Amino acid sequence: MSLQHIDRSVVIGPQNGKAGERREWLPRTLSRAGGFLSRYGLLLAFLVLWQVSSRAGWLNPAVFPPLDAILGALWRGIVGGALLDDIAISLQRSGIAFAAAVAVAIPLGLFMGQVRAVESALDPILQLFRQTSALALYPVFILLLGLGEASKVFVIFWATLFPLLLNTIGGVKEVDAKLIEMARVYGASRLTVFRRVVLPGAVPSIFVGLRLSATTALLLLIASEMIGANKGVGFQVMNAQYNFQIPLMFAAIVLLAFMGLFANYALVFLQRRLCRWSEPVN
Amino acid sequence: MVSIDFAGRGEVTIRELSKSFALNGRSLTVLKGLNLDIRPGECLVIVGASGSGKTTLLRVLAGLETADGGEVLIDGRPIHGVGTERAVIFQEPRLLPWQTVLGNVAFGLEVRGESKAQAEEKARGYIALVGLADFADAYPRQLSGGMAQRVGIARALTVQPEILLLDEPLGALDAMTKISMQEELARIWSEQGVTMIMVTHDLEEAVYLADRVLILPREKGAAARLVEIDLARPRDRSEARFVRYREELLREFGLH
Repeated sequence: MSLQHIDRSVVIGPQNGKAGERREWLPRTLSRAGGFLSRYGLLLAFLVLWQVSSRAGWLNPAVFPPLDAILGALWRGIVGGALLDDIAISLQRSGIAFAAAVAVAIPLGLFMGQVRAVESALDPILQLFRQTSALALYPVFILLLGLGEASKVFVIFWATLFPLLLNTIGGVKEVDAKLIEMARVYGASRLTVFRRVVLPGAVPSIFVGLRLSATTALLLLIASEMIGANKGVGFQVMNAQYNFQIPLMFAAIVLLAFMGLFANYALVFLQRRLCRWSEPVN
Repeated sequence: MVSIDFAGRGEVTIRELSKSFALNGRSLTVLKGLNLDIRPGECLVIVGASGSGKTTLLRVLAGLETADGGEVLIDGRPIHGVGTERAVIFQEPRLLPWQTVLGNVAFGLEVRGESKAQAEEKARGYIALVGLADFADAYPRQLSGGMAQRVGIARALTVQPEILLLDEPLGALDAMTKISMQEELARIWSEQGVTMIMVTHDLEEAVYLADRVLILPREKGAAARLVEIDLARPRDRSEARFVRYREELLREFGLH
């Protein structure tokens, strides 16, 4: 009994030293500023360099307008409402396609990962479809569905389906067989094993698929809007360039970057809420 | 203190048990014609060279493998697959990483249809029994190897089995933790009155815990040897008779 304390005292997780509380505010502020700089310093330097180069004429301001002109165009576009319509239609296209991909790929992937026969029968065709660029198939979809909304939504849906499906299947297949056996020993039914062991175990991998799909959705959104659209943020990038409204073009590009950042941030936030047990997400 | 009277239950009878596996197209016999009576409440420890079928025997008893021939009776009734009167403790703790210690220990009861509140209430008793009351809300990744294995033990005890099957439960622990866990297992066994069947490759562990040690032969079909460990509990590892039992087991393996 005397040795019990040995393995009981080794706790890695929740113990945080309290030594930091007594530090002075100045070094703490400095170390925070240092942390901020080491993370965002390079980005800030890039933005400053852009602004200065454009203003000083080191870069051609007609091609690389200064940041204040870009932000001004972005502000006018949003306040004036011109860009708002584009944002709305773009979110609608990618949102519908992404939601449809989630609704199809996750249940299908959970099923396929469980049933080996189905998975091995469908895998070759999945690999073929995955390796076929969705953009190369876009003309086919236009032929089938016309140049309207349907073909745009469908090409985004198509491209987002596969990363999500393959990651869901992978997540289910990689669930520790020893945990499943443990659950069986306690008399768990197939359904209980699925609900209590397989599904939670697959969640981290499903999130990898969701994040990949969100990136893909944005990529395909822009590409499809550049071909035969008259609205949308992707269309605006192309249209502003044709009309030589370069600040507006960059404003639309910035907007797309923020949409991507926001989508990823939202998914990371959701993943942290759902996977608090696992390693930290970055 | 959580303690239940299991007197007269948890009796295991093994009759002419055989098991073989298909390996590269050939049939590999692992167990052949094994007979054994395990008394209710006994602590039986199974040892044997690797390949002697000790883990297979335990998995058949657990219901995770089906025997090719012969039968296993528990309290006189033949077993079919897993059963609620048995619980298994594996070499790895096999905890659900997304559940807290409390959630993991309550898991067995919840799977068996008890309400979450009831299961957790019982689980707390067994978490205290294995000395982890302060860690009920910790996640498995925050635990050391010894603590995680205690959680596995608590989970198995929570379903109040008649028979506890342990497959090298301390095999992955360091020497110090292992000794303290052996003492803990001895205490839990004597308090709970459960039949304990344990596989190990550690002969000192066998002498420390066992009422009887079953030595599985390497040659299939040869008679298995049973060694009765007639020592008072709690046992003293440095005592002369303890050391003699250990040497006797070593001799059985041709190592002394």
